Amino acid sequence: MEIQSSIENKLADALDPVHLEVINESSMHNVPPGSESHFKVTVVSEQFDGQGLVNRHRMVNQVLAEELQGRVHALAMHTMTPDEWFEAGAKSPASPQCRGGSTAAKT
Amino acid sequence: MNDVQQRIRQTVDSDDVVLFMKGSPDFPQCGFSGRAVQVLRSCNVKFSSFDVLADEDVRQGIKEFSNWPTIPQLYVKGEFIGGSDIILDMYEKGELQKKLGA
Repeated sequence: MEIQSSIENKLADALDPVHLEVINESSMHNVPPGSESHFKVTVVSEQFDGQGLVNRHRMVNQVLAEELQGRVHALAMHTMTPDEWFEAGAKSPASPQCRGGSTAAKT
Repeated sequence: MNDVQQRIRQTVDSDDVVLFMKGSPDFPQCGFSGRAVQVLRSCNVKFSSFDVLADEDVRQGIKEFSNWPTIPQLYVKGEFIGGSDIILDMYEKGELQKKLGA
């Protein structure tokens, strides 16, 4: 849970989200049990207002740069403003199934 | 610009639609890359792909090239479009099809 907490804390501090969801999806992948390698984050923040998707993802990537250079192999990301989140029915899309390539252990 | 960055630039410019991915379109090695291929195929658009698992220099270099830490990465007419989640999101909104002229 160590990396998960650090992801949660950093995103909460940096982006002041109205909704934040960090899910460890490592068990969907070809990694040992208990791994913290694959995450899905859903961040709903006013700070995304007026920003394109690439910029929003860059904002998140920047906050999590340390994790992404380290043990986090994959990061699925859903970035919404509060209005968009409400329109989407307050749900984030599913991540794809693993195809095995993560044994190479790097992104 | 170093050799790797130059090589990436050439690859990006080699076709209108270029996907940097893990594995090949028929045998993707990662679910996110596989999903990107599926979306592009749904758009009925011709695209080139580059397997970063076959080239460690490009695998690292592409992250600097676009200031983007993950694979896959989609480029249309030389412009960085985004990764798997963005590709799917744009597709669902019909924006990707417009971008691709599909």
